[in-house]
Amino acid sequence: MSEITATSNGAVSADSNSRFFVREHHPENGTLLGFWIYLMSDCLIFACLFATYAVLGRSYAGGPSGAELFELPLVALNTAFLLLSSITYGFAMIESQRNRVKGTLVWLGITGLFGLAFLSLELYEFAHLIHEGAGPQRSGFLTSFFALVGTHGLHVTFGIVWLVTLMFQLGRHGLINENRRRLMCLSMFWHFLDVVWIGVFTFVYLMGVLP
Amino acid sequence: MSEHHNHSAHGDEHGHHGHEEYAHSTVKGYMTGFILSIILTAIPFWLVMGKVFDKSSTTAAVILAIGAVQIVVHIIYFLHMNSKAEGGWSMLAMIFTVIIVGITLSGSIWVMFHLNSNMMPTMPDMQETAPSDVSSTAPAALNKMHHMNMNDMP
Repeated sequence: MSEITATSNGAVSADSNSRFFVREHHPENGTLLGFWIYLMSDCLIFACLFATYAVLGRSYAGGPSGAELFELPLVALNTAFLLLSSITYGFAMIESQRNRVKGTLVWLGITGLFGLAFLSLELYEFAHLIHEGAGPQRSGFLTSFFALVGTHGLHVTFGIVWLVTLMFQLGRHGLINENRRRLMCLSMFWHFLDVVWIGVFTFVYLMGVLP
Repeated sequence: MSEHHNHSAHGDEHGHHGHEEYAHSTVKGYMTGFILSIILTAIPFWLVMGKVFDKSSTTAAVILAIGAVQIVVHIIYFLHMNSKAEGGWSMLAMIFTVIIVGITLSGSIWVMFHLNSNMMPTMPDMQETAPSDVSSTAPAALNKMHHMNMNDMP
């Protein structure tokens, strides 16, 4: 028994030694870098949608323009919801670093509620637009608008699904290393969506209502 | 046995250390980012809703610039991006993405800028007519096109 251990140990140590030198140049936790690269590819998707909106955003086809459709107070409220959800997620991260499961869960819950508020306001806006006959099939402007804002909304939806899943995982297993890693990934995802929203409210809504 | 125990303890510590290095979030950092982004959000909304500038091109340029600054603030304070994260690879991936995004956006806008005038010879006619007349002029325009094509044929 001991002999086997000894020999396998020797083999492993030589192997891991060589691996150690290779690993030195690489980041310690590949997951976060991998997730960051996923976010960057997501960024490219949004870039395509922004480019489409930039090209088609003034093609009204005789239909309503952004100045007639967009209600800026609603957009401001939506922006506030998303911004607040970003800071509450930050508080959840800080609580998790202090090893407080309950505080983390509370802040995650508040983040989820802000996310839901954002989503329901956006769905209300979409329903209102479609009800007014300004659905995605009305003009090039509305097609690109619904594609861009809808894709962002879908991301928020899946972010909330992930958030609820993570809350259950945290409640069950506590702040184990795996859950900390997941918290970190969702943090990047959530803040990334906020960054995309900056582009949306600046480029689509605010510039859309300019004469 | 004790060696094994030591090893696992070291492993845990190692993982924790790695986590600390990436997260590094402080209340102060988050609050700084939050306050900055509130200011940077309020200014463009005020500029547009209060109609501060007469020329809309000035407003557009200013709010785009503020939006860009706010994106940088979010990336630094919320996404904790710096040149050392992940051994510099995060930064590298981001710079690459920014270049591609820049090419995609500016290239699309540049190439498609004259989209409407470059489409078809008959397009200017159709654009000048009122939207309600499109249905009545469309067949005429098509007719014209048809004739043109026939004329072009040998």
